[in-house]
Amino acid sequence: MDMKFKGMKPSRRSFLTGAAAAGVGSVAATVAKGQTAPDPAITELQDWQVYLGDGVDAAPYGMPSKHESHVVRRTVEWLTADNVSSINFTPLHELDGIITPNGVCFERHHGGAAEIDPAEHRLMINGLVDKELVFTMEDLMRFPRENHVYFLECAANTGMEWAGAQLNGCQFTHGMIHNVMYTGIPLKLLLAEAGLKTNAKWILPEGADASAMTRSIPIEKALDDCLVAFKMNGEALRTEQGYPVRLVVPGWEGNMWVKWLRRIEVGDEPWHHREETSKYTDLLEDGTARRFTWEMDAKSVITNPSPQAPLTHGPGYTVLTGVAWSGRGTIPRVDVTLDGGKNWHQARMSGPSLNKSMHRFYFEFEWDGKPLLLQSRAHDSTGYVQPTKNQLREWRGENSIYHNNGIQTWYVNEKGEAENVEIS
Amino acid sequence: MSKFPNQLALVAVATTSVVALSVGLSERAAYRADLAAAEAQAMAEETQAAEASAVAEAAEAETVVTEEVTEEVVAEAEVVEEAVEEPAEDVVAEAPVAEDAPAEEMHAGMAFEGGTSRPALFVGAAWAESHESPMIGELEGITFDLGREALPEEVAAWNIDIRPDGQGLPVGSGDVWTGEEVYIENCAMCHGDFGEAVGRWPVLAGGWDTLTHEDPVKTPGSYWPYLSTVWDYVHRAMPYGQAQSLTDDEVYAITAYLLYLNNLVDDDFELSNENFTEVRLPNEDGFFMDDREEGEIPAFSEEPCMENCKDSVEITMRATILDVTPEEEEAEVTEAAAETSDEPATEEAAAEEAPAEEGATEMAAVDPALVEEGEGVFRKCRACHQVGEGAVNRTGPHLNGVLGRTIGGLDDFRYSGVFEEAKAAGEVWGPENLGAYLADPRGAMPGTKMSFAGLRSEDEIAVMIAYLSTFEAQ
Repeated sequence: MDMKFKGMKPSRRSFLTGAAAAGVGSVAATVAKGQTAPDPAITELQDWQVYLGDGVDAAPYGMPSKHESHVVRRTVEWLTADNVSSINFTPLHELDGIITPNGVCFERHHGGAAEIDPAEHRLMINGLVDKELVFTMEDLMRFPRENHVYFLECAANTGMEWAGAQLNGCQFTHGMIHNVMYTGIPLKLLLAEAGLKTNAKWILPEGADASAMTRSIPIEKALDDCLVAFKMNGEALRTEQGYPVRLVVPGWEGNMWVKWLRRIEVGDEPWHHREETSKYTDLLEDGTARRFTWEMDAKSVITNPSPQAPLTHGPGYTVLTGVAWSGRGTIPRVDVTLDGGKNWHQARMSGPSLNKSMHRFYFEFEWDGKPLLLQSRAHDSTGYVQPTKNQLREWRGENSIYHNNGIQTWYVNEKGEAENVEIS
Repeated sequence: MSKFPNQLALVAVATTSVVALSVGLSERAAYRADLAAAEAQAMAEETQAAEASAVAEAAEAETVVTEEVTEEVVAEAEVVEEAVEEPAEDVVAEAPVAEDAPAEEMHAGMAFEGGTSRPALFVGAAWAESHESPMIGELEGITFDLGREALPEEVAAWNIDIRPDGQGLPVGSGDVWTGEEVYIENCAMCHGDFGEAVGRWPVLAGGWDTLTHEDPVKTPGSYWPYLSTVWDYVHRAMPYGQAQSLTDDEVYAITAYLLYLNNLVDDDFELSNENFTEVRLPNEDGFFMDDREEGEIPAFSEEPCMENCKDSVEITMRATILDVTPEEEEAEVTEAAAETSDEPATEEAAAEEAPAEEGATEMAAVDPALVEEGEGVFRKCRACHQVGEGAVNRTGPHLNGVLGRTIGGLDDFRYSGVFEEAKAAGEVWGPENLGAYLADPRGAMPGTKMSFAGLRSEDEIAVMIAYLSTFEAQ
């Protein structure tokens, strides 16, 4: 239900242990330069060189290598009252490219992940339409479809960082996001099928789960680029992502992407339901609040190095990478600084640059082994530049929870360990 | 084109392809054929232009051409709308653009090569490699004859939403006193008797004048703009885990009680569909439409400094000082568990066959490994249940000494009715009935307030019982 955005101290933990564990888990032992003894990884026969591997049917649905078992969604227990109406986070520091694998796409649900039998699922369109309609999944599959890669970011992503640096790891600070290819029906086709009345100004999508999630969406957006999607990355939506069908609202906050979509009502006014009044409104310093802050502002984060992904190789050639996105277009440019913003460098963008999708950037540099203060700064195709956290606070104060797109800083010490910090 | 009998032609524009896609369907074909004809005309013209300007065009220039094609298609589509009544075949025959080879090919392909299917809808889309895939174009007036009309009973069953103007409110009423009873029974275990909340569940009362504080408390009395939101949400999603189990009158009553808890009505108040919209919440005017466009966005759209931007940089705050990041050990546990599950399946099968009595045997000499696993599984429970030294009742009763305890046997916990019945019947928790309850709470104890779906595997139940057996009554 409720998310609490200010942390409570857990039992015990040292950030160093975390960093060390992450290092050991993800990086094989390296052979020091100048080593003279031959590497047994080369000189000795490994089991996998000798014995047969699994046959073709060992895993009819394949899973990642067992050596990647640390690449999982993680939760922050103190955030929510229980683990049903709760959230977990995408392990951004373990991913590359722009596509999020389905199994690690973060989850947020308000009444648990509904297990729906697609044969019993219906989508209803009612309200200000010429003909109120009911579709089966079979009906939906006969509409023309489109494929688009879009990011889905929870409006509360980075919400725990308004009052200051709090969580150590980009998974926790920025992991309420995923980026997949959706296959779906343009919502406008379904609405046209029902026939919009002239006073149709808003829609209210509703979920079939135990929270019966609802959000008001203006008709202009519904007729623009919204999709009713049934596939992600080529396969059926995962249960926790709204199987068998969800709404896709490109560039807008994730809460509006109603999962387990069962109904779309058409109306002439917004409904002002719980998730657009008591939640997902942005409280400002003077006690007033913004409502209907749908678009996600341009944002970026360096995923490597980061607290869960320290530099383990020592000084020398170093690959810095991260992701950037904007709810208003593409990301033509990302700047990176190594010295806390004294000097900035343009990062190298790589991979497809798609509208309202994640973008991947790299900045390769020669690390001299001295401490670093790393930041990235996204520019989107409208000319908007990602602000610093302090710039944001000047406009919003510290209580708005949602839409924190401020620049993230990682401090990397001489050992290569990284920490979430704020700087002057 | 013969490979794509139901689709339109591929028209080459220098090195970049422009594809007009056509999908065949039903009787509005004439209109669609017209659209296609218009599209073909546009493409044919552009093709000539492109051919004239030769093969070695740069990709960027081709992109421009493609865009023009799209625009023209849309423009043409409006012009041909008048011809909608015409049968498809006629349209094809009359198509003025048929003299251009590519267009002819296209019409042949779409109208006839598809065998019995009627010609096709056009979804006017030009595509070029340098472009992101396009949206399906304008389809005004086109439908697919899919789905069926919703029956009034069906719409009534699902159309439960309420608006601030009262639209959607059913006839009904409830007063503060009834509301208190219903609330105590259904809501207080999470939200507290007075809306003060248990644990981290939402606070529902108070919080007045906190919106400018460091820790604002957002309740219907302090923050929510409309009362309809309370009614709608309680009705659609509460009680948590028993959604839509309250009657309309109960929802009115709970809503009235929440108004009372927030000092907005007196204790003799009755809320109904008649007087509902007369009640206004104090913070209704505290909201305004997203104004980022006017302030922030221009402010954040300036070219930033790239070199020598500041003299010095200080670290002002560190996450390690707060230390609220989850520990890594959880991942290690998962890993360990994954390894365990690599063990031969026979062990699991054995566990499944194991009757509940074996659980009892385990209790006598509890296997530390099981207990440890059980501790992990108990994470699912501890938001509501405490165990160990100092454990007290929270959303759920404390579980020290639960095995051997009379069901519903704690005097200071308010149980569901079904637990009171079990208590009256003298039933006692043992591995067997506790296992059944953990597997399917609502099946085993119908009407239980515990909003937990149940443990999925026999293994989890066994380790949970082993874990709970280590906590004696204090």
